[in-house]
Amino acid sequence: MAMTELNQLVLQISAEDRALIRAVEHGLPIVSRPYASIAQQLGTTESNIINRLGRLIDNGAIKRYGVVVRHRELGYRANGMVVWDVPDHEVSRLGQCIGRFPCVTLSYRRPRRPPEWPYNLFTMVHGRDREEVTRKVREIVESCGLHDFSHTILFSTRRFKQRGAQYSQPAARKPDIKLKLVRSND
Amino acid sequence: MTVPGDITAYSGLEQRLLNDFQRDMPLSATPFADMAEQLGISEDEVMHTLQRLQNNGAISRIGPVFRPNRVGVSTLAAMSIPVHELECVARIISAFPEVNHNYEREHEFNLWFVVTASSEEHLDIVLHEIEQHAGYPLMSLPMLEDYFIDLGFDINWR
Repeated sequence: MAMTELNQLVLQISAEDRALIRAVEHGLPIVSRPYASIAQQLGTTESNIINRLGRLIDNGAIKRYGVVVRHRELGYRANGMVVWDVPDHEVSRLGQCIGRFPCVTLSYRRPRRPPEWPYNLFTMVHGRDREEVTRKVREIVESCGLHDFSHTILFSTRRFKQRGAQYSQPAARKPDIKLKLVRSND
Repeated sequence: MTVPGDITAYSGLEQRLLNDFQRDMPLSATPFADMAEQLGISEDEVMHTLQRLQNNGAISRIGPVFRPNRVGVSTLAAMSIPVHELECVARIISAFPEVNHNYEREHEFNLWFVVTASSEEHLDIVLHEIEQHAGYPLMSLPMLEDYFIDLGFDINWR
């Protein structure tokens, strides 16, 4: 099942790299020598940090390196998660086709969960307003030849939380742990 | 602290900082000085402007975007929550450090969130805890394949 496939992708990450990931996952400090600052925090050298980040880029752990923007704050107030029910043998081609549109920021295959969830392709479409998202989806249907397949647009109405993923929790913890549920969002 | 709603509300410098450095930021010891050199301004001006954009929320962060399911394991989860309980349940779910995105969407499945953990075991435990605390079952939809080549988001695409 899905998790087995996932496990094949997960990289073996050393404890040293885990500490580095923890130090950078919420962004670099905006100072003249950010890597020197991280190095000091981790008790190592600036060049060691830079080399190890370079390796994480080379081995594919890091997909993109740079400024991460928030769409909503830039005027792209509408986002629709557009889910498609396409034949399994076409999902890869169609997913790549949709992923090439500049208004699209995600294109993933995910499992169907019949009967309540028939969709196997998930894409995120951004626009200044709903009309623009709807128009873009029509363009995508047109351009990728998706007329025959059902899709639905799930517009987001409220954002409760948005931040970079946190990869650095302990590998396992006891299920009976009591979480404090009174923290504010973010 | 203002949150401008349109890209034209940003100065030319801000627009370039938002748009031109989303990928392939050089891994040099002095990235902000390098950006300043490209832009023909001072390093201080780059850092101040970036800090301001980060403070007002236009920039989420500067640094790595990790490829899904390489460093940790994640899944997209959906729940169907009665409208009058949605806000309360959403707050409970957002409180989990493993939850990084959490949105209300217009659908019978009206709460959608991403859960990221360091291992499959840890992910299973967290999903179970979330169901326990929220009091509703979740539908887990882990990514099976990624078709998206992330080149950043061209803010001037229209």
